[in-house]
Amino acid sequence: MNLEKDNDRAQAFSRRAFVIGAGQMGVLLLLGGRLAWLQTVEGNRYKTLAENNRINLKMMAPARGQIVDRFGVPLAINNQNFRVLVVPEQTDDLEQSLRALQKHINIDEKRIQKVLKLAKQSPSYTPIEVADQLDWKQVSTVEVNIPDLPGTSIDMGELRHYPFGDATAHVIGYVGTASKADQETEKDPLLTLPNFQVGKSGIEKTMDSYLRGQAGSSEVEVNVVGREVRELHNMKSREGARVVLSIDAELQRFAQQRLESEKSASAIVMDVHTGEVYALASYPAFDPNYFIGGISHDRYEELRSDITLPLSNKAIAGQYPPGSTFKMVTALAALDAGVVSEGTYAFCPGHYDFGNGRFHCWKKGGHGSVNVVTALQESCDTYFYKLSTEVGIKRIAAMAKRLGLGDTFELELKEQRSGLVPDEAWKRKKYDQPWHPGETIIASIGQGYMLATPLQLAVMTARIVNGGKAVNPWLVGHIGDKIVSRGVWEDIGLNPKHVELVMRGMNNVVNAQRGTAHASRITEPGMEMGGKTGTAQVKRITKQERAAGVKNQDLAWQFRHHALFVGYAPVSNPRYACSVVVEHGVGGSTAAAPVAKDLLLMVQQRDPAAKKMVMQVPLTKGAKNHV
Amino acid sequence: MSKGLVLRGEGHVLHKLKYLDWGLVVLITLLASTGFTALYSAAGGNFDPWASRQMSRFCVFICGMIVIAMVDIRFWYRISYPFYFVCLALLLVVDVTGHIGMGAQRWIKLGPIQIQPSELMKVAVVMALSRYFHSATMVDMKNMKFLLVGVLFLIAPFILVATQPDLGTSGVIVMAGVVMFFVAGAPLWIFLTGAGAGALAAPVAWTLMHDYQKKRVLTFLNPESDPLGAGYHITQSKIALGSGGFEGKGFLKGTQSHLNFLPEKQTDFIFTLWVEEWGFIGGVFVLCVVGLILAYGFWMALRCRHAYGRFLAFGLMVNFSIYVFINVAMVMGLIPVVGIPFPMLSYGGTAMMTVLIGFGLMMSCNLHKDTKLSRM
Repeated sequence: MNLEKDNDRAQAFSRRAFVIGAGQMGVLLLLGGRLAWLQTVEGNRYKTLAENNRINLKMMAPARGQIVDRFGVPLAINNQNFRVLVVPEQTDDLEQSLRALQKHINIDEKRIQKVLKLAKQSPSYTPIEVADQLDWKQVSTVEVNIPDLPGTSIDMGELRHYPFGDATAHVIGYVGTASKADQETEKDPLLTLPNFQVGKSGIEKTMDSYLRGQAGSSEVEVNVVGREVRELHNMKSREGARVVLSIDAELQRFAQQRLESEKSASAIVMDVHTGEVYALASYPAFDPNYFIGGISHDRYEELRSDITLPLSNKAIAGQYPPGSTFKMVTALAALDAGVVSEGTYAFCPGHYDFGNGRFHCWKKGGHGSVNVVTALQESCDTYFYKLSTEVGIKRIAAMAKRLGLGDTFELELKEQRSGLVPDEAWKRKKYDQPWHPGETIIASIGQGYMLATPLQLAVMTARIVNGGKAVNPWLVGHIGDKIVSRGVWEDIGLNPKHVELVMRGMNNVVNAQRGTAHASRITEPGMEMGGKTGTAQVKRITKQERAAGVKNQDLAWQFRHHALFVGYAPVSNPRYACSVVVEHGVGGSTAAAPVAKDLLLMVQQRDPAAKKMVMQVPLTKGAKNHV
Repeated sequence: MSKGLVLRGEGHVLHKLKYLDWGLVVLITLLASTGFTALYSAAGGNFDPWASRQMSRFCVFICGMIVIAMVDIRFWYRISYPFYFVCLALLLVVDVTGHIGMGAQRWIKLGPIQIQPSELMKVAVVMALSRYFHSATMVDMKNMKFLLVGVLFLIAPFILVATQPDLGTSGVIVMAGVVMFFVAGAPLWIFLTGAGAGALAAPVAWTLMHDYQKKRVLTFLNPESDPLGAGYHITQSKIALGSGGFEGKGFLKGTQSHLNFLPEKQTDFIFTLWVEEWGFIGGVFVLCVVGLILAYGFWMALRCRHAYGRFLAFGLMVNFSIYVFINVAMVMGLIPVVGIPFPMLSYGGTAMMTVLIGFGLMMSCNLHKDTKLSRM
């Protein structure tokens, strides 16, 4: 009985198994048939290959998208670049061909050797670049003599060009040939094209995927020696998107040139409401055009080893103790906590004693009796020392973070650093040590562990003077025909009365007789600026130096104080915020404030905030489609 | 009859070795050798980095296969369920803590070796279903409740593998499972309804797919639309296959492969490389070897006298065939690009191990075809 059932099941199994088996047989036959079809019937286009010919799928590089400023002024464009290429397969003796070419245009020996080496490494039908950036005369000379130069051809490519040179180097960045690593991490076949350029830094890097465009293709039939016989199929490349920046190129150039009076400095001008960055300068810079087509080793070494770091964008990557520019943070934290009000006065004898230590005010004789407004105006250290012991580091650090310190922003530059806002938890984690009250005191005037970038200082100022909106700085306005949308800035909850007090202090810093930056006030009516000076100690002042009265400007450059200034304008209705850091500039009021004054005056005269960013501007010369 | 390896009578090791299906061993070795040759060529005429490793792995795994073949079928029958649940647990572990490989979580580290539980699962599902159907009567096979429990065996690994996300492998697991339901005697109307529902569900599946998966389908439907992007692989593979012609370009002379037009030539596109160099003759040779292996499996399944062995051998044979079919159809541009390797040809340790475990079990079914297995 059981056995019979088993037999039934086995039979049922067999029947269905045969159905499946037949199906499998069918699939096998189908696959074999498809193979035969591919290799014989359909293969008229593949048959040429069987006769030792080859169909080349040639990629056509797209033109890289332009980068323009807010008014459409080009900051990165493509210039025509004529190159001489040689295809090793098409000449009997490659070296002889190169020697013949040498008679017409100048090619150095090193280049010849490099071409010969490349020829050995790559398939013999791939073109190798022998010379580039030829002028018209060289092009025509080679063109005329082509019959005597087997394997040689002229190719018109494109070369990135930066019209503003070093003035926009740190914002725009530069492009370079895609590296092996690029090719491996990114599977885009475009990167395998010889000399294909990708963004290496700045906006060129962050916006690379938009600027790059899409490859075109052409399927060409080639004969035994690799000569193209005919084109079978062609698809045009698509140019990369144009990127419109918030930058005002003229202001940017002005800022960069203004910084040239210093040895090493950086500055930012931004919109306090929208977050648009109008100028972002870091001096010294470099001419990005030198990087195109490969910078020489010596020149690169020179840039790399310079102690003023021309390759580094100090406006976003330089981290400095904020010094007295931090006092607004301490003031707002204290007002917020309710430990002071407008009527709270303190006496400054020139120092502040706490525990066993004595903390000096920058002014030897002291400031006398000051409140929060006059303490900001005259930058009295003692007042803030005292405040800090009542507020505590926790609330100071919290306020600093609300204002954007210790944070990186949406800004489309990868080189941004985050600075440092220290507190008890941070120190325990980092050093496994408790926080000392004395450290709160020096933190209150932006010294000690505290670090901020010029960008953060500009954002901090913007967030105070716009009434406590968490504005974020940004550079990219449009990508192609798309507008990059920014959300509504959150409110960070500052009391308008406290903001008014602090801004009155900042106004007085510049516009009151005894303010620390009075010498740098703007006198044009309606354009007055407010701000705060800062002088950040780089090296501790020793007792002996204090006793001997050693002046800071007499020390070696790298030991001098950093000079800082944060400002805004106009005071009546703030629209622009600015920060300036002069490395080792000795004094905020003497070195940084004058720069800020010029920048804030210039930006108000140009008033970029009043004009809309361009959407459509005609293509400029040199931006034609790739041939 | 005795259990396990015994030194006398029918259970004798030498006796078992004698009756081992050496023909199948030869066919498998032939297929593997084709793989070594192709891998040698893929590396530009070098044993390193692929061929040498693949060969040493093969030597180890083929011995493992023979051992598996000689172990009594009752042992495999007993561990069918436990093995399935261990694999399921491993899959869960991978989903939760797995290491990231190729953008998806698929690997688990056990001491010095990395295992891909989804690979083991392919065998485990077949074993578990075979065991399940072994004890089923014809009446059971028409009982909805009984069938639904069987479906659960498929659903669990499908979900776990699909979320890795590895839609290719999860699809293959389900396909093999459906075939097993079919041969086990589930009512025909279920399959017809399932096909209809599948057609209706396709739009829903489309919305659930990842962007890269959608792109693959779209490119498949019109590869010319994107010859340098996602269609690049298909176009280049077809050029390579077509240009191979009847006799092929000759060993080590495949221009498409050696000029790197062919992507992933050592794994997914190894068949293309082989055909480019050995032509239609080489391609048909491989397909014939595969066909003979399938015929072997078919024959083994049919002559097995217990249901467990029938289902197991047949399921494993179908599993192998699905892999080959999908891979070959893919490189010929008949179906979209899915990352499914050619079993035994493609470079890769885990895949080879799984396939050889499968063959080992098939052979064990045949060696022990007359063994009595109780219903429960």
